[in-house]
Amino acid sequence: MKNSAEIVIIGGGISGLATAYNLAARGMKDIIVVERGYIASGSTGRCGAGIRQQWGTEMNCRLSKASCEILENLEEILDYKRSIEFKQGGYLLFATTEKEVEQFKKNVALQNSLGINSKILSIEEALEIVPDMNTEGVMSFAFHQKDGHANPFQTTFAYAEAAKRLGVEIYTYTTVRGIEVKNDRIESVITDKGEIKTHRVLNAAGGFAKDIGRMVGVELPLKPERHEILVTEPVETILGPMLMSFSWNFYIQQEPNGTFIMGYGEQDNPESQGVNSSWHFAQEMARKAIRIYPPLSKVRVVRQWAGLYTMTPDSQPIYGSVPGLDGFYIAAGFSGHGFMFGPITGVLMAEYILGEEPEIPIDMLDAGRFERGELIYEPSVV
Amino acid sequence: MEGKTIVCRCEDITLEEIEELIDLGYDDLEEIKRLTRCSMGPCQGRTCRNLLAQVVASKTGKSIDELHIPTYRPPAKNIKMTALAGGDEDEE
Repeated sequence: MKNSAEIVIIGGGISGLATAYNLAARGMKDIIVVERGYIASGSTGRCGAGIRQQWGTEMNCRLSKASCEILENLEEILDYKRSIEFKQGGYLLFATTEKEVEQFKKNVALQNSLGINSKILSIEEALEIVPDMNTEGVMSFAFHQKDGHANPFQTTFAYAEAAKRLGVEIYTYTTVRGIEVKNDRIESVITDKGEIKTHRVLNAAGGFAKDIGRMVGVELPLKPERHEILVTEPVETILGPMLMSFSWNFYIQQEPNGTFIMGYGEQDNPESQGVNSSWHFAQEMARKAIRIYPPLSKVRVVRQWAGLYTMTPDSQPIYGSVPGLDGFYIAAGFSGHGFMFGPITGVLMAEYILGEEPEIPIDMLDAGRFERGELIYEPSVV
Repeated sequence: MEGKTIVCRCEDITLEEIEELIDLGYDDLEEIKRLTRCSMGPCQGRTCRNLLAQVVASKTGKSIDELHIPTYRPPAKNIKMTALAGGDEDEE
């Protein structure tokens, strides 16, 4: 283990590794990534693998569009020999209440103004795309063809391999125990394998970002929540888009390898860093899935697991630094969409850390917005 | 050995593919599993997880005890959605 670095990035998920790659690609040397488990073992590798651009705030639309455009070319950008299993089968969003119908109209107008070609579909139009679904109780749909899927493991390893080729050191199974601060400046990161002298730290620790903040006396308004997912055996390809509803609370997508991945979020989830699975989820998910998409009834469930959403009070990420503490950077609080934002997170955080003007202004996503009361609520989160 | 040796029957993963990853520097079972999908298919690694561990151990010179062995996740056995939802698994 090296004992000094230009920057120590805490977290070997998509945000940390994409930032490591982008910093190295812009010429930074001596970058270390510290990961408590294996690469993508936290929220990234446990996520639903969805990529969507249909958001309700301008910021999220811009971030997700830029991220998706990177994913479209990621294998070339990173010279990755395997496939990141990128698929643009679309996201089909169910509107089941008058309020949701109106919200989707607003969202689509906003998205269209930002170059995202989403549209409202009638029941009949949606059934042309997914003939076998049950539309009982649905009033209309929103659809965007360029939304879809990417494999979180392959995508993260693509960044990890490219970062390593540029000299980035990645220490897996290494836990951060503390961060030394002197005169409001970062001095070193203490891990269970040794101390690394550095004046810069990026907190990209996902569900543990709050704990990392506390190591330097920064209280981040983050709430990790356990969310569950299940996956089926692979079957022939029958479903193009991701099916998703905020009001009915589910998402179901068939992945390029033929498996179906699906999940929902419990209401009023307690704060938790646990990732155990529950029988209740499997049962309830199966009921929802069969009702919405009946061809699933004979498909076998192979595996279920859980991961952490790290919620912020407005369901938007925290990017930036903290006033009065030199060298401490944050990319956390992705509220369930850290994987799909990962590629653009890497670019923006690298630009920010290097003192350049980020290509999408991220000032309004700083940690101080909560104290200032400048929250920007995202209405469309599962 | 000539030709291909299958390690994971569900996902059709060969010994050669795994050895290639180890040659690239991958020495962690959890990571090799996720890169290849070896032991992520319908049998959930009941055959290949131990085979994979042996291959990684012998090729990296580590002992099996030093490897991080992936956990088995529920359900214990594949189960039809309809059975999970409370219906009868054999119902047609």
